[in-house]
Amino acid sequence: MPAIQVSQLTKAYKLYPTPWARLREWLPFNRKSRHQLKWVLNDISFSVEKGEALGIIGLNGAGKSTLLKIITGTTQATTGSVQLIGHVVALLELGMGFHPEFTGRQNVYMSGQLLGLTQLEIDTLMPSIEAFAEIGDYIDQPVRIYSSGMQVRLAFSIATAKRPDILIIDEALSVGDTYFQHKSFDRIRQFRQHGTTLLLVSHDKSAIQAICDTAILLAEGNIAMQGVPEHVMDYYNAMIAERENDTVTLNAAAEGKTQTISGTGEATIEQVKLLNDKNQPIEAADVGQKVILSIDVVINQDIDELVLGYVIKDRLGLPIFGTNTHHLKQQLYTLQQGEQINYQFDFHLNLGEGTYSVAIALHTADTHIEKNYQWRDLALVFNTINISQSQFVGTAWLPPKMRCTREQ
Amino acid sequence: MTNSRLTALWQYRSFVFSSVRREFQLKYQNSLLGAIWTILNPLAMIVIYTVIFSQVMKARLPDSDSFYAYSTYLCSGIIAWGLFAEITGRLQNLFIEHANILKKLNFPRLALPIIVVLSALVNFAIIASLFLIFLIWTGGVPGSAILFTIPVLIIQITFSVGLGISLGILNVFFRDIGLLFNIVLQFWFWLTPIVYPSSILPETIGSIIMRANPMAPIIAAYQNIFVYGQQPEWTTLIIPIVSSSLLMLIALSLYLKHAHEIVDEL
Repeated sequence: MPAIQVSQLTKAYKLYPTPWARLREWLPFNRKSRHQLKWVLNDISFSVEKGEALGIIGLNGAGKSTLLKIITGTTQATTGSVQLIGHVVALLELGMGFHPEFTGRQNVYMSGQLLGLTQLEIDTLMPSIEAFAEIGDYIDQPVRIYSSGMQVRLAFSIATAKRPDILIIDEALSVGDTYFQHKSFDRIRQFRQHGTTLLLVSHDKSAIQAICDTAILLAEGNIAMQGVPEHVMDYYNAMIAERENDTVTLNAAAEGKTQTISGTGEATIEQVKLLNDKNQPIEAADVGQKVILSIDVVINQDIDELVLGYVIKDRLGLPIFGTNTHHLKQQLYTLQQGEQINYQFDFHLNLGEGTYSVAIALHTADTHIEKNYQWRDLALVFNTINISQSQFVGTAWLPPKMRCTREQ
Repeated sequence: MTNSRLTALWQYRSFVFSSVRREFQLKYQNSLLGAIWTILNPLAMIVIYTVIFSQVMKARLPDSDSFYAYSTYLCSGIIAWGLFAEITGRLQNLFIEHANILKKLNFPRLALPIIVVLSALVNFAIIASLFLIFLIWTGGVPGSAILFTIPVLIIQITFSVGLGISLGILNVFFRDIGLLFNIVLQFWFWLTPIVYPSSILPETIGSIIMRANPMAPIIAAYQNIFVYGQQPEWTTLIIPIVSSSLLMLIALSLYLKHAHEIVDEL
């Protein structure tokens, strides 16, 4: 039995033309409906097995918050059902129930009780909450003098003081300093190892790719795509850039990966190759080897500006390195139809062993948001193997010069 | 269903008690005089009315010549009215005030009105004990009749809660309700014999008020107890009892019918 089971969920808000219309509808003996329904969720079904992690992404207004509110039970679905098994903690907003005039410790009690903990439970959890938040003596100071980072630390520590069976997080993790973000991610990973089911709603692609087993893309109240996070994120990227005459296609690429190509097509990518220093195409390279990323582009329509960007991604789709010709100050202007351009990027392949992919985009300015001529995921896949270097782990090759002093 | 709701509420008992304590602390934490302010407000009101009505306008209660009788009459009415006004006033704004946690957290909603009522009762207890000290000092303690305040208080709280929650739900959808109620409350206060004795009213108007205004017999019951040491005229309390039960039913049916829309509307 799945830990989270969402079945044929729909949600409609009532829209009244004027406040008087609602009043008239509420009066006794009124049989006429005077409102319109605005559907924000249509037939959403999915399930999450115990211990699995599901990521939900979507543009603003796609229905993510409404879906979360229904799952956590603060609002009700119009039709359909949600079943949750076990103790649920929802971090829709950190620091609920905090009052600035009270000390951190007093607020821990208040906030904890609001989350359903008893006084006694909080008494026993208090030392670990204090230790995890790492705010020192500030715990006995009023919260109004806390920095926002300290408030987040304390709030997160309370909310996750007890391991829930189901943890629901809404973009709460994107706040706080980097150190604490790592720390909170670690705690979530530990929860998962102990069997917590996770539901994460985020704009943060790397967060979803790093911890989720599957992802759902919500668009206009529907599930637009469901699958492994990497593919869903690629599709989401393409969707962000989508314009009126845009096309988004999915090709089944090698090794069962799905390739997403989107864009308006004024300029297109013709060929992508990885070359060695003798200009021969290669599919695998040695760690640290000098390589050339060669990209041929053809111009199909006159355009004012062209920027080419590429991102090297690891096996999980997490970006390892990316840049574009705007950042390299090499963007091209006034291009004419029929022009052919060859880009060559020389670099040392300082990557660890593994499979990598390259995504390439043709656009203007520094991102593909404004104009997107073509976006091609998995434009190239290559392997890195370690032939000449000493053994190491990880995706980055950061060779150290080592010293060691020993005194007796 | 009801059972599981009550169990959930029981689990949140420490939240309820801490909230009440917190509200109390919050009110006075950064003030020098602290809880004394709870007393100063009604005290100022009582002094003003006592001076104006009993001294300047020479109002004495018709069938009592005690110097303190009017003050006692006034205090018992104003303190009870204060409890009524606090409970209804805060309940009618309850859902709007707590919009954020209602939207973000799933917890027993019933905890919120309970916190309001308990907080109001704490303030009431402070003022009422001061009033008792005053009665002991003036030698006007009503004796065993004082026990009759308990059933009257229960009727009054039921009435306030039923009215307050009904208004609170309506106020989410029609924000005019809250604004309107503040005005209504002013008229209501003066249409209840609190500052003036009902005997100064023409008989017909007096009896209309006693029947149409459920607060009038409730306040009159307190005045009977504290000024004359008599038990309330129980038959006059039938209307308040019936209207309290009706309001509770209205509040419940409004809640059952519109609870799911409240969060969407906030």
